[in-house]
Amino acid sequence: MTDSSPILKVEGLEKTFGAVVAASNINIDVQPGEIIGIIGANGAGKTTFVNMVTGYLTPSAGSIQFEGREMIGLPPRKVTQAGISRSFQVSQVFSTMTVEENILTALAIASNTGLGALRQMMRPELVSKCNDVLERYQIAQHRDHTAGTLSQGVRKLLDIAMAVISKPRILLLDEPTSGISVEEKFDLMDIVMTPLREDNVTVLFIEHDMEIVERYVSRVIAFYQGEIICDESPTEALADPKVQEYVIGTSHPHAKKGA
Amino acid sequence: MFFDRTSSIVVIALFACAVAGYFIPDWIMNQLMFGFARALAVLGLLVLWRTGLISFGHAFYFGLGAYTVALLDINLGVSDVFLRLVGAVLVSGVIGWIVGFVLRNYRDIFFAMLSLALSMVLYGIIVKTEALGSTDGFSISAPTFFGFAPDGKYPLFVFICVVCAICAVAVQMYLNSTLGWMTTAIRDNEVRVEYLGLSVANAVHVKYVLSAVLAGAAGCLMAMALGQVDPDSMVNWTASGELVFITILSGPGSVIAPFIGSVVFELLRTYAFEWAPHAWQLIVGGTLLTIILFLPGGVWSVIEKVVGKKS
Ligand SMILES: Nc1ncnc2c1ncn2[C@@H]1O[C@H](COP(=O)(O)OP(=O)(O)O)[C@@H](O)[C@H]1O
Ligand SMILES: [Mg+2]
Repeated sequence: MTDSSPILKVEGLEKTFGAVVAASNINIDVQPGEIIGIIGANGAGKTTFVNMVTGYLTPSAGSIQFEGREMIGLPPRKVTQAGISRSFQVSQVFSTMTVEENILTALAIASNTGLGALRQMMRPELVSKCNDVLERYQIAQHRDHTAGTLSQGVRKLLDIAMAVISKPRILLLDEPTSGISVEEKFDLMDIVMTPLREDNVTVLFIEHDMEIVERYVSRVIAFYQGEIICDESPTEALADPKVQEYVIGTSHPHAKKGA
Repeated sequence: MFFDRTSSIVVIALFACAVAGYFIPDWIMNQLMFGFARALAVLGLLVLWRTGLISFGHAFYFGLGAYTVALLDINLGVSDVFLRLVGAVLVSGVIGWIVGFVLRNYRDIFFAMLSLALSMVLYGIIVKTEALGSTDGFSISAPTFFGFAPDGKYPLFVFICVVCAICAVAVQMYLNSTLGWMTTAIRDNEVRVEYLGLSVANAVHVKYVLSAVLAGAAGCLMAMALGQVDPDSMVNWTASGELVFITILSGPGSVIAPFIGSVVFELLRTYAFEWAPHAWQLIVGGTLLTIILFLPGGVWSVIEKVVGKKS
């Protein structure tokens, strides 16, 4: 597992909110190209972990090294510029804009360099790139719909499509399939994961559905009360008694038990 | 470049006004001058409004521009319109830039009230300082143009039209640029903008300086059009309120809107005062109520409906 130098190295990470310990002693080495599933009951600290890695929250202690560089203290935009991107548990889109304008906004920011910001927004090369993105994420038919009116699934796709535009080397997805019907979940994950695999992007995604976890990840990290209780292959993780008890057993009685 | 349809309309319309100014009676030209001068400050508020920011103290920069003209005139004898304009733009721009470091971190009511507090401090300083004209203000010598001192107000009117055209086109270009477009994006979702890799604080700061410069230029033009400056009509919170009023009257839909809205306001106030000298505020206030209730897009939304949605 540690054959090359890790792309992301998290050591001794801690976060407390008053008396609540949302993360304690988190240690993770992530190798380039790994696809990791993060599981855990609600309130286990998964989102807090993503928030710390992406600069939204400052940890109380510990270090986060991305490609050898310390990330703690950088604001989200610097983390994005460094090559880490994310999607959100509650999709963050520009709700008064159309789907196309959302993507164009993301493309414009990604292609920005200094005075480039004074260039015209609606330029042909952006529009053609935008069409590619809309096709790739299969949301072209929603191009002119206002983002605030989209169905949950399309909104998730839009959120993820925007996160990927900065060409991150690590992508963190916070519950990409939550609120989406069982039939649509796999389609959505296929649409999202295919281009990421092609570009060899390292992915960490938070997921409650164990079928999705088994299908897409090579490694599972389970959180319980702010701590990592298991970091193994999917088969081993789902058979792990602690995972059975604290993750699968508690929060999601309907989730399929380990295969 | 991206000189679009709206920009062409602005240039043609203001050129037509400048030409027409030669033939119209002085009192109409005066109304137009006041209206257009104030419209620049309203344009500045429109730029902020596109991000959901509203300043209840924009007369701060309006006053800075106006008083820069007066102080340059009185202390250094500067009468040239260009030097006066450059002076006003520099003063309001530099102060806006400094103040921007604080205000860019605030939103909503905090942004609005901090702006108001700032303008009240300036008002207080001016009123208490003899060297700044105290409550009386100053009168200003007639403007000169590259050493020429023409008779009448027509040359100044043309100058105002030209400055307004340049500013409106510049703002239109800004709104069409990536940075200007982020305006709407930031209003919609700051977290997303930040996570896409853009500094929200910087984008707001640029916008704030732009709106300060526009209000400063507006104050400069107004000072010359009136031939005087005074704290009550130019710096006091009522002056800021007037600017917000006109912004709502105009609507945020287009850079053309402030020019129409400001002229409508000048006429409204003048006629309200003539018809009902003791109750003109009632008429003006009633108009604002009507606009907010029935025309949230302002005067511009009426024009859009009549002409068709084009720009
Ligand atoms: N901003 C915050 N302020 C206070 N407590 C928080 C905050 N964010 C998260 N928490 C707490 O931290 C714990 C972990 O939350 P979270 O990371 O959102 O869990 P998960 O994503 O695994 O459901 C919870 O107890 C939650 O209430
Ligand atoms: Mg969560």
